[in-house]
Amino acid sequence: MKHLLSIDDLTVDDIETLFGTAAEMHDVQRRSVKKLPALRGRTVINLFFEDSTRTRSSFEIAGKWLSADTINISAKGSSASKGESLRDTVLTVTAMGVDALVVRHAASGAAEQISNWVDVAVINAGDGMHEHPTQALLDAYTLQRQLGDLAGRHVVIVGDLTHSRVFRSNVKLLRKLGAEVTVVAPPTLMPSGIDAWSKEAGFAASWDLDEVLPSADAVMMLRVQRERMQGGFFPTPREYTVGYGLTRGRLSLLKPDTPICHPGPMNRGLEIAPEAADAASSKVLDQVSSGVAVRMSVLYHLLAGEEVA
Amino acid sequence: MPPSPEDDRGRAVLDAQDIARALTRISHEILERNRGADDLLLLGLPTRGVPLARRIAERIGEVEGRVPEVGSLDVTLYRDDLRKHPARGPQRTEIPGSGVDGKTVVLVDDVLYSGRTIRAALDALADYGRPGVVRLAVLVDRGHRELPIRADHVGKNLPSARTERVMVRLVESDGYDEVRIADAAGAEGQA
Repeated sequence: MKHLLSIDDLTVDDIETLFGTAAEMHDVQRRSVKKLPALRGRTVINLFFEDSTRTRSSFEIAGKWLSADTINISAKGSSASKGESLRDTVLTVTAMGVDALVVRHAASGAAEQISNWVDVAVINAGDGMHEHPTQALLDAYTLQRQLGDLAGRHVVIVGDLTHSRVFRSNVKLLRKLGAEVTVVAPPTLMPSGIDAWSKEAGFAASWDLDEVLPSADAVMMLRVQRERMQGGFFPTPREYTVGYGLTRGRLSLLKPDTPICHPGPMNRGLEIAPEAADAASSKVLDQVSSGVAVRMSVLYHLLAGEEVA
Repeated sequence: MPPSPEDDRGRAVLDAQDIARALTRISHEILERNRGADDLLLLGLPTRGVPLARRIAERIGEVEGRVPEVGSLDVTLYRDDLRKHPARGPQRTEIPGSGVDGKTVVLVDDVLYSGRTIRAALDALADYGRPGVVRLAVLVDRGHRELPIRADHVGKNLPSARTERVMVRLVESDGYDEVRIADAAGAEGQA
């Protein structure tokens, strides 16, 4: 494994290895000395062309706890806004002598394109509406810690599927792990081509949340991406909540202790009610701490053993 | 589990009886040095150090009437040769809840060779706290140290050539107890 660009890059064995290492990395968070020397002398650059707080800081902490030097470059106020091309920015940064680039970009396929230009490890931290593999890994890792083996478990993913890279990575990963997946969205936010993809990948798509929730073993709520909502995808936020929000009323449709996930940041009262976000079964904060462990695992496996390419 | 043909190579240097006697002696030595089982913590280094630590703890329990604390300490992330091999996943580290501070920590491993594993273990241990004393118990010391490290308790000193391979087999991981030494030019020995 040289890069992590898409869930497609991973075999089931790779995923199990990553999760096993993540479990050990997780223990580091409980120690008083949160530092492992494994990546001492390595340099990881977080190259973020899109806003992000939690993913970027999660990668930053993950790198630092492994003793790598992590540096954040955000495109705002950088040379990219002065007109430099993506390729020049990437080559310039890489020329400083880095070992890994963690890239977030608004264009689908950006991370993969970058991996063709440079000789260092590239990790996709979200590319447009394509993929966000580490988010999917941390979601599945969180669920696995709660539910055990995910094979045959029914995971329901709800929200703005059209714009969601999280959903795309999650469906791929959960199917690889043998989970049953149902995705739920209003017709306007259901991606075109979902029929063909769902048939090929073996998952279900629905417009009716109330019908799906009772059989769920886990629920993943997706953020309504207000910044991408210029197209009139739903009439009012209120209407979205009534049809597709995880409201207090809908909590009673779930089996007891069904884990509730949300990749954050949450729009409380829009896609998720406070009663759901703060429920005992809410995994939102577990996801954040798992995120650091999973990213440590990814950085470790991409960087630790790499002497010859 | 029947031995695979590969395990017939070379010669056996310790059989099950020898291993049992060595571990019993080591257990007594540890008790003597520590003047009892107070504040004793045995940390096995994965993989085969862990069952050895458990066996020593059991023997100490038989003598003293109570079994000392046992844990495991994985050193993968502290190795100095991480870059030379494909990335290996770390194995379990389990430090008992009472921690290592002030304890007499006995590191337990199967083979002492270059000493680099122990160097890594000392670094790892320091990240968990500050033991009062750290000692080292090994089943086999095969020599060829590359660092100023020695064992406090040794099951058997086994002079070996660097080209030879020392293979430790234990019931817990392999189905039977045995230590063999074999010619394996070019192959790296354990530990």
